[in-house]
Amino acid sequence: MVRFLVTRLAGMVGVLFLVVLFTYAIFFALSPDPAVQICGKNCTPELIDQIRTNLGLDRPFYEQFLGFLSGLFVGTTYGTGANAIDCAAPCLGYSFQTGQPVLEMFEQRFGVSATLAVGAAVLWLLMGVSGGMIAAIKKGTWFDRAATGAALGGVSIPNYVLALVLQYVLVVRLGWLPFPQAVPFAADPGQWFLNFVMPWLVLAFTYASMYQRLTRANVLDTLDENFVRTARAKGLAPRLVWRRHALRPALTPVVTLFGMDFAGLLGGAIIIETVFGLNGIGKMASDSITKNDQPVIMGVTLVAAFLVIVGNVIVDIVYTTIDPRVRIGARA
Amino acid sequence: MSATSTGQSTRQSTGQSTVAPASAPTAPTSQSSEPLLRATDLVKEFAVPGTGGLLGRADTFRAVDGVSLEVRARETLALVGESGSGKSTTARIVARLTDATSGEVVFDGEPVTRAKGDRLRRFRSDVQVVFQDPYSSLNPRHTVERIVTAPLVYQGREVPGGTRAFTQQLMERVGLDPDHHRRYPSQFSGGQAQRIGIARALAVSPRLVVCDEAVSALDVSVQAQIINLLRRLQREEGFSYLFIAHDLAVVRQIADRVAVMSKGRIVEQGERDAVFDDPQHEYTRTLLAAVPRIRPEWERARREAAEARAATATPDREAEAAGTEEETTA
Amino acid sequence: MSTLLEVEDLTITFRTAHGPVDVVDGLSFTLEQGASLGIVGESGSGKSMTSLAVMGLLPPTASLRGRVSLDGADLTSLPESKVRRLRGDRMSMIFQDPLSSLNPYYSVGMQIEEAYRAHRPGVTRRQAHKVAVEAMERVHIADAARRVDHYPHQFSGGMRQRVMIAMALSTEPDLLIADEPTTALDVTVQAQILDLLQEVRRETGTALILISHDLAVVSEIAEDVVVMRHGVAVEQAPAERLFSDPQHPYTRALLDAVPRIDDEIGELRGIDAAAGVGGKP
Repeated sequence: MVRFLVTRLAGMVGVLFLVVLFTYAIFFALSPDPAVQICGKNCTPELIDQIRTNLGLDRPFYEQFLGFLSGLFVGTTYGTGANAIDCAAPCLGYSFQTGQPVLEMFEQRFGVSATLAVGAAVLWLLMGVSGGMIAAIKKGTWFDRAATGAALGGVSIPNYVLALVLQYVLVVRLGWLPFPQAVPFAADPGQWFLNFVMPWLVLAFTYASMYQRLTRANVLDTLDENFVRTARAKGLAPRLVWRRHALRPALTPVVTLFGMDFAGLLGGAIIIETVFGLNGIGKMASDSITKNDQPVIMGVTLVAAFLVIVGNVIVDIVYTTIDPRVRIGARA
Repeated sequence: MSATSTGQSTRQSTGQSTVAPASAPTAPTSQSSEPLLRATDLVKEFAVPGTGGLLGRADTFRAVDGVSLEVRARETLALVGESGSGKSTTARIVARLTDATSGEVVFDGEPVTRAKGDRLRRFRSDVQVVFQDPYSSLNPRHTVERIVTAPLVYQGREVPGGTRAFTQQLMERVGLDPDHHRRYPSQFSGGQAQRIGIARALAVSPRLVVCDEAVSALDVSVQAQIINLLRRLQREEGFSYLFIAHDLAVVRQIADRVAVMSKGRIVEQGERDAVFDDPQHEYTRTLLAAVPRIRPEWERARREAAEARAATATPDREAEAAGTEEETTA
Repeated sequence: MSTLLEVEDLTITFRTAHGPVDVVDGLSFTLEQGASLGIVGESGSGKSMTSLAVMGLLPPTASLRGRVSLDGADLTSLPESKVRRLRGDRMSMIFQDPLSSLNPYYSVGMQIEEAYRAHRPGVTRRQAHKVAVEAMERVHIADAARRVDHYPHQFSGGMRQRVMIAMALSTEPDLLIADEPTTALDVTVQAQILDLLQEVRRETGTALILISHDLAVVSEIAEDVVVMRHGVAVEQAPAERLFSDPQHPYTRALLDAVPRIDDEIGELRGIDAAAGVGGKP
């Protein structure tokens, strides 16, 4: 068990390192000179040189990369003397565009992405898992066909299309929701909440469709298992057969999927945030990509990878409590 | 494309002769003193899942632990043992379906353990495998014709006499209706599908056929037919079998020599009747004692009754025996 | 001795895409209290469907005609809730593959307790736990008090089948149905499980239906034997009669086809479709 966790954590560190290395290498190779970008309009060659020296852009790749790494763990100092700027660990650098520390940008936007992810997750688990279970029990009935059809739609309709349709219907035609506008929670909690309703619905619908299909298929597979037959042969009441013997094995794979999906969403829902103008991490990512803001892109990539990997490790740990075969390795 | 090297062309001609029903079986080319196949000190280790990882070496489990065996030309060596004994892994190493951790396999005087390229290709046509589950080892989307000629096609060899004639001849040899050459595996019963597997093995005129539990999944009546077929083919073709099985009664019917495996090792090896009638190792004795048997007195009575019936009503009995090679299509 | 189980003119029909198919056709047999019956046949003979029909566990696509009476009560006319109360209590069943037949998520003890408590309302967990340990001891699982908390994957194949038997016997049923109980096991383990089945039958007086494709296995256990082919019982007789003087051509052919361990018997005799008179094509 301990060995299992140590192995998982070591693997997680290794994967994170590789993600950082590759992302860094790709931007190093591809992006146009950031110094020119930062320098702006009134630029002189001397100024560019100075920026390069300050940011360490004149040094070889491995030095820059090591500098970035050490910035993550112990912080770093850009420039020298009077121009020196301290960046405490974990230092993700400064935005080329705004000069704001990347970490600070995260702190400002994380709340929005987290709110989006949590709300949507609650909705999609409710809709997807229960929908899948009911469809499996009532296999072949009208409910099954309707739910499965809706799920197919949810999987195939791009969520930005759904977003526009929903916006048109709920806001423009029916007027059930106010037009989304940026308000902080403290200023107007009502408006703040209503702003999230559509993004939640759109996100949840797409995910719920996948979860419905997965749950339905898993439950049907599990009902065919020999141990379910054994449970029936014992004369257990149907609801016990269901609850104890069919549901737990059927929902285990859902846990895996959920861990990864949820962690991924915390790292920003690019399309939804952009479509609904939510100022979360996803929006920040899309903005930074269009403006080639390398430190921000690096930061988003790193944080997203970190979240997904942490999510995976948490899923593994949860697994050990759900599935005794993982918890207790071999035969005694 | 036609074969150019001398080694291949000899084999090619052997290939044609086995297909032509009239020709006599060709004798194996190996020297009489040297066994067809010799495996020495085979070891196969597997990493134990869940151990090791990034930080340390995984624990290993020795599935095969110093196995040495010989298969002589035209003989059947049966490798018997219970699940986890390492018999199937040994067979897979011998057929080069998996690599040994250490040890050596010499086929026809040539080491093949690390053979590559042409030599491996030659080895692959000399050694064929028949698996336990006929359906999962035959591609369901391919016709019999395609399945049976696939080994030749993979090796870039010409199909002697054309695909259809070649397939039909092979099907006849293994007791299938040649008119069914364009059917798919699912259209055959389990026993018939296993015959297709055997036909595929025969297509390249192998000198060693590895049967990995080849009759274990079959119903008893079908099993009897396949055992008969395997024996007949060996008589006609003169190849050798490495016969992997857990069923000792089946082994008794087909083996010349028997090697008993337990926990990765061969605990006893010898002539079939010696092993069955006078087992030396404790494990062999346990294994033999555990086989369920119909009471000998019942058996005797049944045989006597059958003989009495045969004596009184000969024609009836013969009529019944006449159809025994055919098999029900599911 | 009184009659425990009476199967009368049992016909099981499956709805398929190609129309209804009878997998069992007009099967009748009786089983006395404490007796043992072997049902032997090749794949597709309908032997396993027969056992599921007795237990009331046929899949929804199957329909059933005829009578299955346990102690005089016709199970086919009882409502499912009543049959469920008999299932696992008066009649229990064990299956071919003990690993997949046990739920990997729960300890074996919990699974035995569950079987017991399903039919003994009001029993406390502690009492049920004690029953589970005792049941495991009865099937000779060493160190049962500790092993009761282990999970199925921590047991070997033979031990898993012992757990299944312990579970089936925890309610002291009148009838135990064993459907190919040793087919997935090694031959040495098979011998132990067969010995165990004999032993529990002696000691508990449970009647046994043993379903197997293996004539030798059936011959070691069963007092009476039914030979099935294509859903039809071609021959039924006491074991000694059946094995020493088989009457039906199919039984004879089947016995001829079995490879013997004591002897190489030359050409083994396969079975022709035409040889089995009375079966369906």
